[in-house]
Amino acid sequence: MSALATGWAASRRRLRVGFAALTLLVALLPLVFRTPYALSTLILIGIYSIVTTGLCLLMGYAGQVSLGQAAFFGLGAYASAVLTTRLSWSPWIAMVAAAAGTGLLAYVIGIPIFRLRGHYLAMATLGFGAIVRITMNEWRAVTGGPTGLPGIPRLSIGGLALNSDLTYYYLVWAVGLVALALARNMVDSRVGRALRAIHGSEAAAESLGIDVAQLKLQALVTSAVYASVAGSLYAHYMIFVSPGAFDVDASVQLVLMAAVGGIASIWGAPLGAAVVTLLTLALREIVPLITQHGSGEHQIIAYGILLVVIMIFVPEGLTPALARATQRLSRRLATVRPRWLPWR
Amino acid sequence: MPQFGLEDYLQLFVSGVSTGSIYVLIALGLITIYNVTGVTNLAQGEFVMLGAMGAVMLQRLGLPLGVACVGSVALAMVVGALVYRLTIRPARHAPDVTLIIITIGTAIALRGLALLAWGTTSQALPEFTPGPPANVWGAVLSRQRLWIMGTAGVVLAALYLFFEGTLLGKAVRACAVNRRAAELAGIDAAAMALLSYTISAALGAVAGIVIAPLTLVSYDMGLALGLKGFVVAIMGGLVSAPAAVVGGLILGVMESFASGLVSSGIKDALAYLALFVVLLARTTDLFAPFRRRPIARLSARRARRPTP
Repeated sequence: MSALATGWAASRRRLRVGFAALTLLVALLPLVFRTPYALSTLILIGIYSIVTTGLCLLMGYAGQVSLGQAAFFGLGAYASAVLTTRLSWSPWIAMVAAAAGTGLLAYVIGIPIFRLRGHYLAMATLGFGAIVRITMNEWRAVTGGPTGLPGIPRLSIGGLALNSDLTYYYLVWAVGLVALALARNMVDSRVGRALRAIHGSEAAAESLGIDVAQLKLQALVTSAVYASVAGSLYAHYMIFVSPGAFDVDASVQLVLMAAVGGIASIWGAPLGAAVVTLLTLALREIVPLITQHGSGEHQIIAYGILLVVIMIFVPEGLTPALARATQRLSRRLATVRPRWLPWR
Repeated sequence: MPQFGLEDYLQLFVSGVSTGSIYVLIALGLITIYNVTGVTNLAQGEFVMLGAMGAVMLQRLGLPLGVACVGSVALAMVVGALVYRLTIRPARHAPDVTLIIITIGTAIALRGLALLAWGTTSQALPEFTPGPPANVWGAVLSRQRLWIMGTAGVVLAALYLFFEGTLLGKAVRACAVNRRAAELAGIDAAAMALLSYTISAALGAVAGIVIAPLTLVSYDMGLALGLKGFVVAIMGGLVSAPAAVVGGLILGVMESFASGLVSSGIKDALAYLALFVVLLARTTDLFAPFRRRPIARLSARRARRPTP
């Protein structure tokens, strides 16, 4: 028992150190990367890492696959866009309303959808994403159709407009870190253990008195709210939304981010978002040098191959793999006394 | 609202049947793979795309249309075998969700490769037998639609003969019924899984080739067609071929009437709504009550946990 307690305390301590390190990193990064291009990349990584954090809760902990997460992301973005441009709501109120609406929709959809499992659930979420995308395209009067909706206002705090990328960066990452901390707390709580039990076996979890249906719904609603808030932030940053950003490929990209970072590790979310976003940008630079077909989203090849390779070789994702590698390394450094390090 | 005569309805019906035949072919590919390997292959639509794009490419190289079509099917079969060997076999013990994500990754990679090879421009394949449209009881039908239905019929018959009449086909079916027992009987189950992928790639490619003259062909055509094939396959609980045939024709006709009578924008939404209805109404086999021994079959299916 005491060993367990000290182990738990140690993991608590590691967690706090890790979180502080991440916060410091987030605070310091703009000092190194000052160009507008780098800053906007960091902002996008922040936005995606919020969505991915929610997706990790849903997929990694509750074990429910979602191939329609971009729909929630898009619903948040479009709700913010429509409410602020057409009804001239305050962006903050619109953001809260969007999150509440998206969460409610997730709840309503979750009730029938969670009767399904495995590949049926995957297909249903894929279908949900497709229907949302079609609605964005076809409901022209409200959404502006395929050409999108321009003229979304920037955010401001108490008269201070967040015009510069630097202030927006800090806003996005503040939200991102809070989202991460909340998710982390949830994972460490009774709810988190119950979710992992569901992932292990729904029948066993149920027999232990866990309200499986309710918890799965909670995980879905949480992930939808995360995605919606990220979508609102995206809309106010881009000041323009169009359906193309929220299609099936976007959902797959989100799954890829979660898978790269490690679906069962909340810490993986920012890592996965960063790796995939940077990879996308790098490929956009590299691929046109190789092929004569200049246009097109060539980076999707790498997405596909990366997804397959990760799922085959490190299905748990990069974060746990990295953690194990560093642990092994530190243990080796502790036990073996290398001759070339005289002070050990 | 224009006045619709009987021949207009007939025309919508027949063109719906021909579109439905495409869905049936795609769904049969999905069912073949699922039955033998237990994998839900979300890359099925990409086989359709590869078939169509391959035929266009070979035809551009100067080959006669027939040779180009056969060559393209052969190409798709090779790709199908490679996909199985490289992505599914190494992960055969992984859980369902992992396998699904793998097939999604495969689909994206194939789409990306097609983009790299052929670019974003849409291509066209000439009609198999150009000429004035046929007139069937007042309904005007392009000849290609007749080709589609004819090809689908021939392929269905060939599949039936293969699975029911040949030793190899029976071996594949044995693996679908009970993999371990099949292996005890000396059947190489891994080879049968490979074969199922090859067959299914060929089915997808055929579907892509026959529909190519009617629609423009592009690298991203696979996703929508694959999803519709999936909707159809699910109507048969992912295991039943007859149910998929009926379901595919129904979906095709429904879409045809929806786009003819309401608007073409609603057509795609209809397929996804159908997906929801089918998924939620019956997550299992719609046609189970019509089988001779539904319960025995169901329990046999529960007992086996298919591994590719």
